[in-house]
Amino acid sequence: MRATNNEERVPVLSARGLVKTFGRVVGLDGVDLDLYRGEVLAVIGDNGAGKSTLIKALTGALVPDAGEISMDGHPVHFRRPQDARDAGIETVYQTLAVAPALDIASNLYLAREERRRGVLGTVFRMLDKKGMRQRAQQSVRDLGIQTVQNMSVAVESLSGGQRQAVAVARAAAFGGKVVVLDEPTAALGVKESGQVLRLVESLRERGLGVILISHNMPHVWEVADRIHVQRLGRCAGVITPQSHSMTDGVAVMTGALALS
Amino acid sequence: MSSPDATASVAARELAERRRRPAQRIQQLLHGHPAISPALILVVTCVVFSTQNERFAEPGTISLMVQQTAVVAALAVGQTLIILTAGIDLSVGAAAILSMMVMATYGSEHGLPGPVALALGLAVGIVCGVVNGALVTGLKLPPFIATLGTLSVFTAITLLYTGGQSIQQMDMPELLGWTGEIHAIGDFRITNGVLLCAALYLVVGFALSQTAWGRHVYAVGDDPEAARLAGIRTPRVLFSVYVVAGVVYGIAAWILIGRAGAASPNAIADANLESITAVVIGGTSLFGGRGGVVGTLLGALIVQSFTLGLSLAGVDDQYRLLAVGILVVAAVSVDQWIRKVRA
Repeated sequence: MRATNNEERVPVLSARGLVKTFGRVVGLDGVDLDLYRGEVLAVIGDNGAGKSTLIKALTGALVPDAGEISMDGHPVHFRRPQDARDAGIETVYQTLAVAPALDIASNLYLAREERRRGVLGTVFRMLDKKGMRQRAQQSVRDLGIQTVQNMSVAVESLSGGQRQAVAVARAAAFGGKVVVLDEPTAALGVKESGQVLRLVESLRERGLGVILISHNMPHVWEVADRIHVQRLGRCAGVITPQSHSMTDGVAVMTGALALS
Repeated sequence: MSSPDATASVAARELAERRRRPAQRIQQLLHGHPAISPALILVVTCVVFSTQNERFAEPGTISLMVQQTAVVAALAVGQTLIILTAGIDLSVGAAAILSMMVMATYGSEHGLPGPVALALGLAVGIVCGVVNGALVTGLKLPPFIATLGTLSVFTAITLLYTGGQSIQQMDMPELLGWTGEIHAIGDFRITNGVLLCAALYLVVGFALSQTAWGRHVYAVGDDPEAARLAGIRTPRVLFSVYVVAGVVYGIAAWILIGRAGAASPNAIADANLESITAVVIGGTSLFGGRGGVVGTLLGALIVQSFTLGLSLAGVDDQYRLLAVGILVVAAVSVDQWIRKVRA
């Protein structure tokens, strides 16, 4: 289900004229972005081009100084990551945002813990630890992640790839409309990267909008439907793997090639 | 396709098994159960002291030890919560004393009924927590500095308010001295204060291990930025921890009246350091996110068993300080070591 006829559809997530400055440093200088259901939109750009700032603005981790964000055509204002989450946007941050000392199940359900049924849950606010562990195990298994087995292991004892798998599993398990992945393959080996890319494709097949930030051009050209090229805080253009080669993409990214 | 993968993972698992030396196994065990080391220390201490002096293991001595531990152990519950968020509270003792003096004064001089005086005292404890919490979450002061300031402020307010005068328990309503009432269970003598302290441990221990709030306290102490990105309202969690600690200090103040038989503005001068000592010996990490109240209770008992054991042995009190100091350094070193664990 590749994206076609974008003009006729309402984007699930849309941004217009986003501006974010940090003192004198301009992070975003008026950026537009559209994401449709069932597509993978890659965001590429050099270091400091504003990729992470753009993503943080879209996911409530930063509040933009100016500009508008809308979902399904309705304007939204995210003040905290929780706001974006409630609206159906799940994010896998580059820093992974996992609590190292807590176990895998606790991390999957962090900030949306489930309580026991009955009096134990309503009056004593008791957590349904067993249920959360089982469901965590199920979501990890559904994604075909084999490297993580025991849900009661502390995250800090996992390898980088395993931690990534936990963070991706969390986003996939709760992603309502949009899943944002910031450099999901940066710390992974070839095999684990392949698994994450398959996961990205399965999210698209479920009809979610996926934003993928990556430095890895082969990965981007493999899974992306459209590619948003970010340069010096602005959008240098949107290309597709069919319309442009990887070399062209890098040229746009570095400013060697200007899109009309 | 699956068979080479399977062999590879089996080989990797074997390698991982082989690499795990005995020291690493211990490291892993302590990592999963940080209360093991204080439990071992407490057992060894008690065994050594009771072989040295048979009076140590007598019910009377143990009862005394538990009664003497209750106040510091109660204060250390609040301290544990704050240290779990990677903070520290230097104002514990001062907050408890202020709360106690308000209780005692309203109960005696102003002649208010016991429950009202108690409620006013507890309210003062909560206000102390709110002030600390507001300084840490609102003004974003480091907890060390914020509570260093409030330590002096609370102490000064107490002395100005009381004029440095103590109040005897006999002048107070009966309820305020209720925590000193003794129950005999066999040869053991347990006070209401000890039971209250035990209840405090049960309630806070339950909240930390079984509720979402507890998970959030650990997450905020562990990695505040990760907790925030995961959707936890970190300032709210942090603030709630200081307020709960304030409630705990108020209850500790009540226990102290029963224990001391009087309310003195100069009581428990060492409570700040003693509560921190109990928490640290109990295996809770000063870097936050690791530990719990079980360890703290063991830590408080260890300090008290040293005090009693060494005084029974007729040793100079300075040796107790020496031993406790060594334990603190050892506990923090063990914490640093087990934090480096890798599966």
